[in-house]
Amino acid sequence: MDITVNPHGDPVDPPREDLGRRAYRWAMWLTLALILAWGFAPAEVYRAVNLVTDFANMGDYAAGFLRPDFLHWDEYARQMILTVQIAFWGTFLAVVFGIPFALLSSGNIVPQWVVQPTRRLMDAFRAINEMVFAVLFVVAVGLGPFAGVMALFVHNVGVVAKLFSEAVEAIDPRPVEGIRATGAGRLQEIVYGVIPQVIPLWISFTLYRLETNVRSATVLGFVGAGGIGFVLFESIRGFQYSETSAVLVVIIVTVSLVDILSQRLRRMVI
Amino acid sequence: MPPAIEIRSLSKTFGRRVRALSGIDLNIREGEIVALIGASGSGKSTLIRHIAGLVESDKGPCRIEVLGRSMQTDGRITTNVCDLRREVGVIFQQFNLVGRLSVLTNVLVGLLGRIAGWRGSLGLFSRAEKRAAFQALRRVGIADTALQRAATLSGGQQQRAAIARALIQGARVLLADEPIASLDPASAKRVMETLTTINREDGITILVSLHQVEYARRFCPRTIAMRAGEVVFDGPSETLTLEFLRDIYGAASEELVLPDAGDGEIMIDADPVPARRPRSLRAAAVPA
Repeated sequence: MDITVNPHGDPVDPPREDLGRRAYRWAMWLTLALILAWGFAPAEVYRAVNLVTDFANMGDYAAGFLRPDFLHWDEYARQMILTVQIAFWGTFLAVVFGIPFALLSSGNIVPQWVVQPTRRLMDAFRAINEMVFAVLFVVAVGLGPFAGVMALFVHNVGVVAKLFSEAVEAIDPRPVEGIRATGAGRLQEIVYGVIPQVIPLWISFTLYRLETNVRSATVLGFVGAGGIGFVLFESIRGFQYSETSAVLVVIIVTVSLVDILSQRLRRMVI
Repeated sequence: MPPAIEIRSLSKTFGRRVRALSGIDLNIREGEIVALIGASGSGKSTLIRHIAGLVESDKGPCRIEVLGRSMQTDGRITTNVCDLRREVGVIFQQFNLVGRLSVLTNVLVGLLGRIAGWRGSLGLFSRAEKRAAFQALRRVGIADTALQRAATLSGGQQQRAAIARALIQGARVLLADEPIASLDPASAKRVMETLTTINREDGITILVSLHQVEYARRFCPRTIAMRAGEVVFDGPSETLTLEFLRDIYGAASEELVLPDAGDGEIMIDADPVPARRPRSLRAAAVPA
């Protein structure tokens, strides 16, 4: 092919990237390939062929889902509402208790010897999944929605504290200094100087956690911690695919609704 | 009567090397309005932040007293400094208001040091306090903005809101750190006029750092000039001629003078220059 951009002068090759950079890029790709190869057999990824060989079974399975059975829709609706209620309470408690922990894990509010232990405690809350807490709380407070509320609450205190404290650490220090210069106390510096600056972000994070919690709450019932998860689990275990599919539709609609509403609200505050 | 501000052998080093202040000695009497001038990096802000008790000086025999009470000694901020900070209002180049709170709330913040802690923290201000805050806003001429968010105000309005906050705080000493550096000339003039008014009418001692010497000559009888962390001049503002500034600052003097100012001329506005007030402002403020 003949392309002439500059009729004056001979065509010249552009400069090549130096060897170090190219080697670095190849090393990155190679590392990724090695990590995937390492997990290939242990994760039984080779069984992907079964998806094709057992295609007939899959077809039967899917056919059951194509005819959702809404006979017990009132029960599904009741359980779905309960699920949202669990999520609301879990989020509320997490925010109420998360705020003090967030302030205690902000390096610009308290000294490092307070920040570090608080952060490690919050890491622990976050590291343990809601479902694990749900199992623990079912044992502690008995079967039912309250165990679910507690599970969401404890896990989310860790999440909320981390998200909120990141917002606190990013504030503009100058208004706080202005308030300090008036002779105000430490608590008042926080109330008047810090909180007004972070409140839009905090609201946004809270709504985002609410969305996540509604999703998480739909499976709490698997372990008896209340909500629609119990119905879902029972119908899957009983091979009631049309019921399962009806429950899934209810979950998808509700979660989408919550997501859309919360996104609208978030856009309003930011 | 103790001096409003007394500083003895104040030094401050940032990191290992950077000497921001060295061996500052200062006395400012109550009721004075004093300009603090100097090029960028000469230590004006650092000095003001030390007097406000926001930064600790180097260890050593150093003393900063405000109204006869210690703000910091030997590099340690005095315990219970909140009580003394209440007497000292500070206004900043960037205003340091809380942008999302209303102007009125920003002014009410000035009361926090004077009312019960729990009441302040919960935001339970009395009707009388709200009236006082509104009165302060009327005094600085921005009452109509009371319910707006502070962030929506112009720079000059924000600075006047900051002055209102210092007023309601009941401060007897006001430290102004480059209050007009980010304002247009008209707003700058209004802010400086507000400062001289509260100095004259309320007898509040004011130390105001300025970038341009014209404003010092126009509004403050006494000027302290700094260079590289040291006081190089302390005396009547009218003796600060362009020639003198060149002697002190050399090439850096251009930064301190508005470009179109002639020697000794004041080009800030077209008003005739008012007769200079005598040094003893308190005496002058009392009508005969």
